[in-house]
Amino acid sequence: MTTTFRILMGATALCASAGLAAAQDVTLTVATVNNGDMIRMQGLTGEFEAAHPDIKIEWVTLEENVLREKVTTDIATNGGQYDVMTIGTYEVPIWGKQDWLKPLEMSAEYDVDDLLPAIREALSVDGTLYAAPFYGESAMVMYRTDLMEAAGLEMPEEPTWDFIRQAAEAMHDPDSGVYGICLRGKAGWGENMALLTSMANSFGGKWFDAEWVPQFDQPAWNEAMSFYVDVMGNYGPPGASSNGFNENLALFQTGKCGMWYDATVAAGFVTNPDDSTVADKVGFAQAPSAEGGQKANWLWAWSLAIPASSENPEAAQTFIEWATSKGYTELVAENEGWLAVPPGTRTSLYENPEYTEVAPFAEMTLAAINSANPGSPTVDEVPYVGAQYVAIPEFQGIATTIGQLFSAAVTGQTSVEEALTAAQATATREMRRAGYPK
Amino acid sequence: MARQTTTGQRALVTLVAWGIGILISFPIIWTVLTSFKTEATAIASPPVWFNFDWTLQNYIDVNTRSDYARYFMNSVVISIGSTLLGLAIAIPAAWSMAFQPTKNTKNVLMWMLSTKMMPAVGVLVPVYLGLRSMGLLDTRTALVIIMMLMNLPIIVWMLFTYFREIPGEILEAARMDGANLRNEIIYVLTPMAVPGIASTMLLNVILAWNEAFWTLNLTTTNAAPLTAFIASFSSPQGLFYAKLSAASTMAIAPILILGWFSQKQLVRGLTFGAVK
Amino acid sequence: MATQRAHKAARLMISPSVILLLAWMIIPLGTTIYFSFLRYNILTPPASWTGFENYYYFLTDPAFIPALVNTLVLVLGVLAITTIGGILLALLLNMEFWGQGIVRILVISPFFVMPTVSALVWKNMFMNPVNGLFAHLFRAFGLQPVDFLSTLPLLSIVIMVAWAWLPFATLILLTALQSLDSEQMEAAEMDGAGWLSRFFYLTLPHLTRSITVVVLIQTIFLLAVFAEIYVTTAGGPGYASTNIPFLIYNLSLKQFDAGMGAAGGVIAVIIANIVAFFLMRAVGKNLEL
Repeated sequence: MTTTFRILMGATALCASAGLAAAQDVTLTVATVNNGDMIRMQGLTGEFEAAHPDIKIEWVTLEENVLREKVTTDIATNGGQYDVMTIGTYEVPIWGKQDWLKPLEMSAEYDVDDLLPAIREALSVDGTLYAAPFYGESAMVMYRTDLMEAAGLEMPEEPTWDFIRQAAEAMHDPDSGVYGICLRGKAGWGENMALLTSMANSFGGKWFDAEWVPQFDQPAWNEAMSFYVDVMGNYGPPGASSNGFNENLALFQTGKCGMWYDATVAAGFVTNPDDSTVADKVGFAQAPSAEGGQKANWLWAWSLAIPASSENPEAAQTFIEWATSKGYTELVAENEGWLAVPPGTRTSLYENPEYTEVAPFAEMTLAAINSANPGSPTVDEVPYVGAQYVAIPEFQGIATTIGQLFSAAVTGQTSVEEALTAAQATATREMRRAGYPK
Repeated sequence: MARQTTTGQRALVTLVAWGIGILISFPIIWTVLTSFKTEATAIASPPVWFNFDWTLQNYIDVNTRSDYARYFMNSVVISIGSTLLGLAIAIPAAWSMAFQPTKNTKNVLMWMLSTKMMPAVGVLVPVYLGLRSMGLLDTRTALVIIMMLMNLPIIVWMLFTYFREIPGEILEAARMDGANLRNEIIYVLTPMAVPGIASTMLLNVILAWNEAFWTLNLTTTNAAPLTAFIASFSSPQGLFYAKLSAASTMAIAPILILGWFSQKQLVRGLTFGAVK
Repeated sequence: MATQRAHKAARLMISPSVILLLAWMIIPLGTTIYFSFLRYNILTPPASWTGFENYYYFLTDPAFIPALVNTLVLVLGVLAITTIGGILLALLLNMEFWGQGIVRILVISPFFVMPTVSALVWKNMFMNPVNGLFAHLFRAFGLQPVDFLSTLPLLSIVIMVAWAWLPFATLILLTALQSLDSEQMEAAEMDGAGWLSRFFYLTLPHLTRSITVVVLIQTIFLLAVFAEIYVTTAGGPGYASTNIPFLIYNLSLKQFDAGMGAAGGVIAVIIANIVAFFLMRAVGKNLEL
């Protein structure tokens, strides 16, 4: 068997490029999400390898939920299988505190001060940067200007949920394949729970009170969930409970959604005529709010970090600096145009006229990111940080389960009340198990 | 055989059988067709059947994004390696059970099969941690061994049922002629058992090729087989049906073709030796 | 007679398999049992002793009973579809018609498709309520497309899994049918036995053995169905398509609660052993090993 094996290996090596043979090469294993910006980065690997001939990149590109599970297992068990991990603002502070990540010390050329303050703060623990933002996002409403006009409505810059419902109803036309509103329904703490948590915030709800008692039995959650289930059921696309960010993006790009309330990063995709059939008919508005409440905003940055178990931290840092630098932005702009650059991380991008000229959503995105407030996400005082999540290790598990329960409510298998009661029970159980209040 | 079938009956049966055959394999046919469409044609409504511009672009795209050759090699090494290793360990065991049965043989066999009922998820974390401490995470070695252990009971069982069909008298005769145990196995038993061994091998290669729990959870890049390759095409951004189809076709084609060509052996293998 | 020596040799030859499987059973299982008594969330180390708490929480988990029921429905549903469908298909394929070889290839093909691929293909290209082929079909008939994976998640999984295993059942049963004594059949026909009674008194008894094999082998694999659920519904919506393996997976790798996952693993092993006990007894009777 060994001989066969060797021959086969030889064949593989032949298939691969000659560069594989070089002896002192460092190979970095980079785990990332299969979102468009990352796929683009993967496509530009050659540029990086050309500039750094001694470093090779191996990609592990996975769906968000799967990626999370793999990198979390790896980092928690000190598995050492990855040199660079794509993680978010939720993980960075928790993992940074556990010393699971290597602190990043960027070169002067990198210009750390150019990073948007909100993003930079979210990726730091006690002032030390533990991850570099690849792209940052908040949430906003994207809508079809043509359908809006046909419906005789005008989108305010800061819409209320009531207006959203009214507009969804007016644009909903399933017979011609247009659904009033697309929202995340796919279960997962980074999918439907991100949306619902920030939505609940805007209705004045919260996950926990000051004593860490779960609050799903409070009226604000009921209001938010009822609204969500109602608009999704009446004006949403079929199969909403399996639609995540990527699925909704595809729907919106193919002209099947009247409105879509989701991450600001989507703006670049829906206005890009290469990908989108509705590129020239998209308008933007800030995250909706309930009457007199806060905006349903969130803050997220997909960021690159080095696990403490990496055997090639220096090469990893080199890669991270490259991928999150101004130079990378320019590289993308050169290859695919300014619309395609990863947004939401650097002040300089929003001051760049080349970008703001082609990106009508730039100002809106910046405003959304700046107005997100993870430190005090809702009206009441809460003991945790996070707008669309709660930055405690137990959150992932609880929110995964609750995400499932809420997606059952979207399909109508359970009622809103039942889902919330079950959520309250689960959260209470898990928090007791975890020993809160701590 | 002697019964008469009229041409009319035969035509009717042909029609029904073909209809059902195509219906059953339709998901595969559709996937292969879609892999040659553009993304826009792939989701066209009403669906487009044959009259589209055939393109290889999806295959090119998939290949630029992922190193298919490496995943493919890992699949080959893991499935064939684990099967060969399993055979090496199982042949002696099956031989002795078939020719030297004791009153415990049946129980041992049943016990072996029952180990396959142990839910893999139940032991995932211990196995993961164990492999990590041995530095075997994401290595082919680990997967070859685990796949071997997963399939060992089935291999033993299949071989056992085949070996039992070999008439014991021939072995007796060989022994009378002075053949020792080793020669008995190499020169007498093996040639008679080859068809059974081949069927066993084929079926276990397929089972290992398609295994999707351990391969997904214990690999990242170096040892990742085609099951992991396909996972990276799940739910990406943008339209992806055509690319998904191309990747799917590439993942299943090798084993599908192998299966078609060795169909006779395989059917024998599929019966697990329990049907003559 | 050299039986003494032969027996010794036999034991020697059998021991690698037995020892390996024993080790494969005992080492991970032992660790799992140990873990099951720990409060061990891998995100919040270190682990600490907690007694039977994990078992208590696992058995009272709101997902446990649904998962148990779903596991049963999944196993029994697929078994029913594949056995009955397999018998019918085998009868059909056993008749004379043109192109038998090719049709057999067509029927066997799903068995070669890896579960991740089949799940992705079914989920996206067939069951997707907007762009899936079924949706097109429904719309062509002027009907509202059914959203299979959210409204009928368990049934969808059963369909996918049954699709993969139908070829297996069909081929075993077909092989068995081909070995059916045709003279006996003809004699029965001469005696005026209708096809229905021929089927029930001759064919079916002849198939018993192979049906047993189908049930045994499939049960082993069906108890462990994972990839299809993982790729399509992720156990949801709610707990509608969570089976025991998926529940344990959720606990250990989604919630990272290794302790509770381990307790679930132990429970699953116990359940599997109960099933195995009955199954093996039934099989032992029918297989005359």
